Amino acid sequence: MDIQQAQPNPPAAASDKRRVRVEKSLQRRHRAERRFRFIGMSAVVFGLGMVALLFISILAKGLPAFWQATVVTEVYFDPEIIRVDPRPVAQPGESPAQLREREMAWQTQVTMVNWNRILEDSLIAHLPEAASARPRVRQLVTSGERFKLRDMVVENPGLIGQRAQLKLLADANVDVWLKGNIDRSLPDAQQQLPPEVRAWADQLYERGVIQMRFSTTLFVNPDSRGSLASAGLAGAFVGSLYMMLIVILLAVPVGVASAVYLEEFAPRNRFTDLIEVNINNLAAVPSIIFGLLGAAVFINWFGMPLSAPIVGGLVLSLMTLPTVIIATRSTLKAIPPSIRQAALGIGASKVQTILHHVLPLALPGILTGAIIGVAQAIGETAPLLLIGMSAFVAAIPGTPFDQSTALPVQIYLWQGNELRNFFEARTSAAIIVLLALMLSLNAFAIWLRKRFEKRW
Amino acid sequence: MNNWVLVCVLLVAMGFAYQFGTMRSRSLVDGKARMHSRPVHHGLLVALWCGLPAFTVFLLWSLFEPGILRSAVLNQLPPDMAGLQGHELEVLMRRVQSIASGFGVSDQPAAYELAAAERLRSLQGTGRLAMIASMAVLAVTGLVYALRRLSPALRARNHVEAVFRVLLVVCSTIAILTTIGIVLSMVGEALHFFRFVNPVDFFFGTVWNPRFSTTGAGELGQFGLLPLLWGTVMVSIIALLVAVPVGLMTAVFMAEYAPGWVRALAKPIIEVLAGVPTIVYGFFALVMVGPFFHSAGLAVGLDIRATSALTAGVVMGIMIIPFISSLSDDIITQVPKAMRDGSLGLGATKSETIRKVVLPAALPGIVGAVLLAASRAIGETMIVVLAAGNSPILHANPLEAVSTVTVTIVNQLTGDIDFASPQSLVAFALGLTLFAITLSLNIVALYIVRKYREQYE
Amino acid sequence: MENDVMRASLASAEAAQNNHTPELKMSARDVRVFYGESEALHGVDLDIYANEVLAFIGPSGCGKSTFLRCLNRMNDTIDGCRVTGRIELDGEDIYDRRLDVVLLRARVGMVFQKPNPFPKSIYENIAYGPRLHGLAESRAELDEIVQRSLTRAGLWDEVKDRLDQPGTGLSGGQQQRLCIARAIAVSPEVILMDEPCSALDPIATAKVEQLITELSESYTIVIVTHNMQQAARISKRTAFFHLGNLVEVDETTKIFTTPSDSRTEDYITGRFG
Repeated sequence: MDIQQAQPNPPAAASDKRRVRVEKSLQRRHRAERRFRFIGMSAVVFGLGMVALLFISILAKGLPAFWQATVVTEVYFDPEIIRVDPRPVAQPGESPAQLREREMAWQTQVTMVNWNRILEDSLIAHLPEAASARPRVRQLVTSGERFKLRDMVVENPGLIGQRAQLKLLADANVDVWLKGNIDRSLPDAQQQLPPEVRAWADQLYERGVIQMRFSTTLFVNPDSRGSLASAGLAGAFVGSLYMMLIVILLAVPVGVASAVYLEEFAPRNRFTDLIEVNINNLAAVPSIIFGLLGAAVFINWFGMPLSAPIVGGLVLSLMTLPTVIIATRSTLKAIPPSIRQAALGIGASKVQTILHHVLPLALPGILTGAIIGVAQAIGETAPLLLIGMSAFVAAIPGTPFDQSTALPVQIYLWQGNELRNFFEARTSAAIIVLLALMLSLNAFAIWLRKRFEKRW
Repeated sequence: MNNWVLVCVLLVAMGFAYQFGTMRSRSLVDGKARMHSRPVHHGLLVALWCGLPAFTVFLLWSLFEPGILRSAVLNQLPPDMAGLQGHELEVLMRRVQSIASGFGVSDQPAAYELAAAERLRSLQGTGRLAMIASMAVLAVTGLVYALRRLSPALRARNHVEAVFRVLLVVCSTIAILTTIGIVLSMVGEALHFFRFVNPVDFFFGTVWNPRFSTTGAGELGQFGLLPLLWGTVMVSIIALLVAVPVGLMTAVFMAEYAPGWVRALAKPIIEVLAGVPTIVYGFFALVMVGPFFHSAGLAVGLDIRATSALTAGVVMGIMIIPFISSLSDDIITQVPKAMRDGSLGLGATKSETIRKVVLPAALPGIVGAVLLAASRAIGETMIVVLAAGNSPILHANPLEAVSTVTVTIVNQLTGDIDFASPQSLVAFALGLTLFAITLSLNIVALYIVRKYREQYE
Repeated sequence: MENDVMRASLASAEAAQNNHTPELKMSARDVRVFYGESEALHGVDLDIYANEVLAFIGPSGCGKSTFLRCLNRMNDTIDGCRVTGRIELDGEDIYDRRLDVVLLRARVGMVFQKPNPFPKSIYENIAYGPRLHGLAESRAELDEIVQRSLTRAGLWDEVKDRLDQPGTGLSGGQQQRLCIARAIAVSPEVILMDEPCSALDPIATAKVEQLITELSESYTIVIVTHNMQQAARISKRTAFFHLGNLVEVDETTKIFTTPSDSRTEDYITGRFG
C-alpha cells in the first residue's frame, strides 16, 4: 500500500523511461512475430508441396503407362500350320462329363499349334532380314499374344486360311526400350534385349508398325506372369469391387443401426459406456490387427477360403464399422432435439420419430460418412495380405468366393516385380486408377454434403 | 441358385402377408372400437409372423444340410472305402456329387459310387422337399395365426417396434464382438505360440531369426521381440519428428493467421494426404524419397540406405501431418477467444499470444493428438514393408535398414499360413503386443482429449 | 431508497472530481465501425480526460462495447470489422499505419467482461505482461512489480501464500481482480473495462468498484456497464449510447438528474433497456 501512496500519479519521467524500455524490445519482438508467421507458412507450404510432389511424381510416372507399344500388323492364319480337327459336338448317350473331356482334348490340340510361327511370319513380312533369326523376332511381341490368336480361332474356326489386321502387344522390354525407360547407352550385357531386336524395334516404330496405343489391356486383362506386357488390373479391380459391395452391404447398415441404437435408444449405463469406449478404440486399432483377426477367425476357425473377396470384404467391413458408427452418431447428434420433441409431441412413437424424421434429415451426413469409410476400406492393403490376397491370380473372379486380389494388393505385387523398368510405370498407373476411384468416391461424398447439407 | 428362388418366394409371400394384414386391419375399423395400431403395423406384424419362422428354418437347414448328407452317404459306403482319409475321401465325395448332379464323370463309375450317388440324390430330394414343406407350413401357420390375432386392441406397433429394437441391439453388439474376437483370437493363438517359445525369450530376446518352417521343429530359431520393437519405435519417432512440428505449425497458421480463402483452399488439400492409401506412400518412399536420400547422402559423404528407418519414418511423417494438423486445429480453435483477448489486450503480439497462452492452454489436447498419431505410426504397415528395408537387427543408426513389428507380421503370415508352426503363430504374439501398445496409447489419448474438451465446454 | 443511495454516491464523486483541471487524454472524432456491410457505430465524437472515470451506458447492442474496443484496437482481432474516423491518444492517431498496436495496447490496457486469467500460476499471470514488454530487468524487479500490482488490486493479502497456484483456481471476483492486476502490471495510462462486474456476485462487485475508484487516482478509466447504479457510483462522467449513436455525454450527476435528451431520460427511468 505504501508504494501506491508514494506515487499516486506516475511522474512523467518514469512513464517515459517505461516507454523507452518497451520500445527497445519492440523491434526484436516484431522480428520474432514475422519469424513465427514465416515458420507457420512454411509448414503449410511444405504440406502443400508434399501433396503436389506425391501427385506429380505418380502422374509423371504412371500416365505414360496408359499408352503401350503395340504392333499393328496383318496376320495370316496359315492352314498349313493350323491343323486341327473340327470342334466336338455332343453325341447321343454321352454324359456332360465325357463331352467336356473331349472338348478339353480338342482345346489342347488347338493350343499345341505353333502359333509363334504365325506371329513370326507376320513380323518377318515387315523385316525380311530377320527371316534367319526366328526366335529373336518372336521377342518383339509379348508371349501371351499367341493365346489371343488361339482364342480367336477357338471362337471362330472359319478364320483359318484368312488374313486379319491385328493389334498385338509388344513385349514389355520393347515397350521399355522405346519409351526410354532403360538407359540406351548401357552395354549389351546389361540390356534386356539383344542388339538386333532393339534395332528392329526402332525400325518398326519409325515405320509406324509399332505404335503407342491406349492400353485397354490394363483395364480388361487380369494379372499375368508369363506375358508381362498383358498384365492388367481387371482381376484386382473386380476383386476390389466385390469387397466394396460387401462393405456397403454389411458395414453401412450395421453401422447405422448401431449408431441409431446408441444415440437414440441406449440408456446411459456402464454397458453403453463400454460400447462407446470400445468403438472409439476400435477406430484406432491398426488395420493389420483386423487382418490377423480375419486369418484366425474366418480362415482358421470357420474354414473360409484363402484369397477370397468375401473374407476380405468381411475383414474390411469390421474395420470400417467404427468409422460409419462415429460418423452417423455425430450426424444424429447435430439434429436438434426440437425435431424429435415435435414428433413425439404429436404422438409418434420413438421408432416412428426416428424413421420418419431423424433418419431422413441425417441421411446426407450418414451417406457422406459411409462413403468416406468405404473409400478408406478399398485403399487398405495390410489386412488383405494376411488373408492370402497377395497370391498371384490370373483370372477375373466370377463370384466373391473365387480367388482374387485387390487394387492396392496388385500395386504391392507389381512394385515388387523384377522387371522394374516396366512395372514402375505400370504400378504408378495402377495407383492412378486406385486414386481416381477413391477421389471420385470422395468427390461424390463432398457433392452429397454440399447438395443436402442443412444448417440448424 | 435354387436357394435364391426360395428366398425370393418367401419375400413375395411376406409381401402378400403384409397386404392381407393391412386389408384385414382396415376391415376391423368398421366397428366402433378405436384401433390401437395403424394398418401398416398390422401388415408388418403379419408379414413378420409369416416370414421369420420360415426363414429361420431355411437358415438352419442350409447350415446343417451338407454335414447331415455327408455323414449319411459315408455310412452307406462299403467298409473298405469308409476307411479313406483326407484328400482321397474328398475326391470320392466330389465324384459322388458329380454323378448325383447328373453331370457324370468321364470314366466308368464304380457300383458303390453309383449307389452312393443315388442315395445322395434321393436324400437331397427328400430333404429339400421336407425343408420346403416345413417352410410352407410355418409360413401359412404364422400367417393364419397372426391374422386371427388381429384386433383393434392388438398392440401391433409395439410388437413390430420391439423387433426393430432387438435388431438394433444385435447390430450394436457387433462392435463389441469384434473386440472380443480380436482379443480372443490373438490371445488364443499367442498362447499356442508360447507353447513353443518361452515368453521371456520372446519379450526380452534381442535376436530375431525365426528360420523357415520347413527346416523342422528341431531347429526352432530365435524369436526375440526387441529388435522389432526398437525398429518400430525408431521409425515412429522419426515420423513424429517430421509430423509434429509441421502439423502443429500448419494448424497454428491455419487457425490463427490464414485468411479465410487460404484456409478454405489449403485445408482440404492437405487433408488429401490423409486419404491417400498407405501403399501409395510406400511406393512413393521406395521410388522417390529413398533414392533421393541415398543420393543426397552420397553428396555429403553419408552412406544412407535407400530403404531405411529414415526413409520410412519421413514418409510416414508426411502421412501423419494432416492427422496432427486437423486434430490440433480443432483443439486450438477450442481455446476460448477470451484467453487470446486477455493476452492481446496486454499488448502481446500474435505469436507471443500463441506461444505463451494458446499453446500452453491447448497442450493437453495436443499431447492427446500426438499420442493418437504415435499409435497410428506404430501400427502402420505398408510404408515400412516397402521402405524400411526389413532387417531385424538391433542397432541405433536411422540411416540403416530396420524391421518393425508390423512388417514381421506380414512376412510371417504371407503365403501359406500353417496354424501349427511357431513361424506363423508368432505373428499373433506380435499382433497381441501391437494391440496392447496401441490400445493403451489410444485409451490414454482419448481420455486426455476428452478431459480437455470438457474443460472448455 | 435506491435513489438516495445513488444521490449520495453521486455527490461524493462530484466532490472528488472538482479538484483537477481536465487534461485531454484521448479523443474520438466521427468514429464509425462496420461489421462487413452493416454500420454498427454511426459517427461518435468523444473526449476522454486524464484520470477520470468515464462510464458508457446504454441498452445492449447499442455499440458501447464496440466503441470501447476501438480505443485500443481490439476490434482488429475480429474478422470483417472496419473502423473509420480518427482516435487520438495524447494527440497521436492510434489508427495511423506507423503506429505499433503492441505499444498502443501496452499504454491502453483492457479488462474483459468475463474474468479470463491464463491457465498459469497467479504469479505468471501478473508477470506475463511485464515480461513481454521487458519492463523488469531482474527477477527482483519483476517480483516487485507483481507484488505492487496485486497490492493495488487489493488481492495481495488473499493470494500472497499461493502465488504458484493456478489463477483459474480463484473465485470469480478474485479472478477479475487478478485480471485488473494483470492489466496494471504493465502500467498502462488508460484502462478500458468492458462490463467487468457483470459476471460477479454483489460482494465481489463492491470490491471491484472500490478498486476502480482507488485506481482512478493514477489511471484514466473507461468502463462499460449495463448497471446504471454502478455508473452513478463510480464514474465522473457518463456517456449514453443508443442504437449505435452517442446520444449524450456529460457529468454523471447531470445525466442521471437532468438529461438533455429524451432518450436518455427514457432509459434512465426504465422505459426501455
